[in-house]
Amino acid sequence: MTSQYPTFAAIWAALPPARDFFAAQGLPMPAPEAAPADYFAALTPDALAEVGTDAGTLAARFADFLAALPRLGAAAPRLASLTIRGGTGKDGRPERLDLTLVPGDVVALVGPTGSGKSRFLADVEWLADADTPTGRRVLLDGKTADAAGRLAASGRLVAQLSQNMHFVMDLTVREFLIAHAESRLLADVPAAAEAVEGLANELAGEPFGPDTALTALSGGQSRALMIADVARLCASPIVLVDEIENAGIDRRKAIALLTGSGKIVLMATHDPLLALTAGRRLVFAAGAVAAVIATSPEEKTSLAALAQADAKLAALRDSLRRGGSLCFSQEK
Amino acid sequence: MQLVTVAGPPSSGKTSVLLRLAAVLGRQGKRLGVVKFDCLTGRDKDVFDAAGIPCAAGQSGALCPDHFFVCNAADAHAWGLSRGLDVLAVESAGLCNRCAPHIEGALAVCVVDNLSGIDTPAKIGPMLRLADVVAVTKGDVVSQAEREVFAFRVRRANPRATVLFVSGLTGQGAEALAHVVAGAPATPTLDGASLRFTMPAAVCSYCLGQRKIGADHQMGNVRKMDFPREPA
Repeated sequence: MTSQYPTFAAIWAALPPARDFFAAQGLPMPAPEAAPADYFAALTPDALAEVGTDAGTLAARFADFLAALPRLGAAAPRLASLTIRGGTGKDGRPERLDLTLVPGDVVALVGPTGSGKSRFLADVEWLADADTPTGRRVLLDGKTADAAGRLAASGRLVAQLSQNMHFVMDLTVREFLIAHAESRLLADVPAAAEAVEGLANELAGEPFGPDTALTALSGGQSRALMIADVARLCASPIVLVDEIENAGIDRRKAIALLTGSGKIVLMATHDPLLALTAGRRLVFAAGAVAAVIATSPEEKTSLAALAQADAKLAALRDSLRRGGSLCFSQEK
Repeated sequence: MQLVTVAGPPSSGKTSVLLRLAAVLGRQGKRLGVVKFDCLTGRDKDVFDAAGIPCAAGQSGALCPDHFFVCNAADAHAWGLSRGLDVLAVESAGLCNRCAPHIEGALAVCVVDNLSGIDTPAKIGPMLRLADVVAVTKGDVVSQAEREVFAFRVRRANPRATVLFVSGLTGQGAEALAHVVAGAPATPTLDGASLRFTMPAAVCSYCLGQRKIGADHQMGNVRKMDFPREPA
């Protein structure tokens, strides 16, 4: 692998992250005009002792490192449809399910704790092929993924947004968005970061600036930033939303942002307003999907009334924050 | 029998990941056992015992934990064979980050958690750099973006590795890990097998119990730091 590059300058030009190999191990940085074979042969016994190996093994490891670097750019799988075929519940009864979802679809997952919602998600994430406890099959674009495809998709297929998540990095909003955009190897990193920041501010009740520390954001601001980031900077085609708390976020707008970005949205929620933004509801019981309920026209009508009530509540919260009065009537 | 070395910083979730892995393997009719290397006392054996997973635990005590590990590795392997295990996981406490228990020809797993900081993948050295699989834990409490940035840093430190998200809490991701373990090579013996990374060079007076500080008391393999000097 290294033999195709006469010098380190040629390697740096083709694969810039190759420098990490030396920096991470505390090895002296090779001179650009040096040939790889000469560099490894010239390492001192002390330097080799520090990296715990001999020159030949180190050179071979560098070759493996270079060969694997193109995998850094591997993107999340794109999909036209996701199909989930039923298995069996905890009681051994067959699960009657044949669900196909396409980008832009929103499905609500409902049911008490322990009814099988997490297992359902794990089946989707691992592209279960009748080889998990539920016996479900998950198909991408109507086809079973092969072993290599399942491993490659692992961790890249489903993005998660949960109310238990927090930002833990010691970075400002702008630094963080740039780090995320860079990890996606995007062409215009600053523009991508700025776009997410703008969207997050549209969703959040209270605006925040790019220099705010991530860890100083309020609950609502954090959630708004997470949602905008998943919609725009995250490559995963499926998003699992585990409740969006009512922290001044426009929840319907948040879901619209995700579906507008071509995501399939699976939403574990017991919030009527959120559940009604979904086209279908999967009702879980005893580890299986017990029913698939399509949102009815009557329910869609209720959504308008619910949204009005929600807007009233939001206005009250806003009034409370600004030190205003808290008078409420159902009529107006 | 397949041998799997499992390394990772303290509290990164090695034990939880192994419990989840054992459950998935068990459903496939495969028996996983664990040899746990610790420095001081550990309560992990109780956890494995309670889960019905065969476990042997050893404490290095006053010895270098990595030397202790390698001196007992072949014995651990023999124990696994004698118990009729299908998969033997050898778990070692990651301490100074300088070493790695990974062995040529045996699947090497590194467990790191999302909460450990963005520079951890670069900092923890050979236990991650020389691993075949990196299992990233505690992804359920940080944002999706942080998970992705963290995984990216792991891949940059070790582009060869398969990076998996495994939740010790829900077991999500354990199936993928079991799949990789099932495809790992068998390790019929450890006699003559090589470590992927050398153990630390030692043999100074402090290895032999010296406690006094100062130049007069230092002997053997001693190295001195260069401290920056004031400009004259």
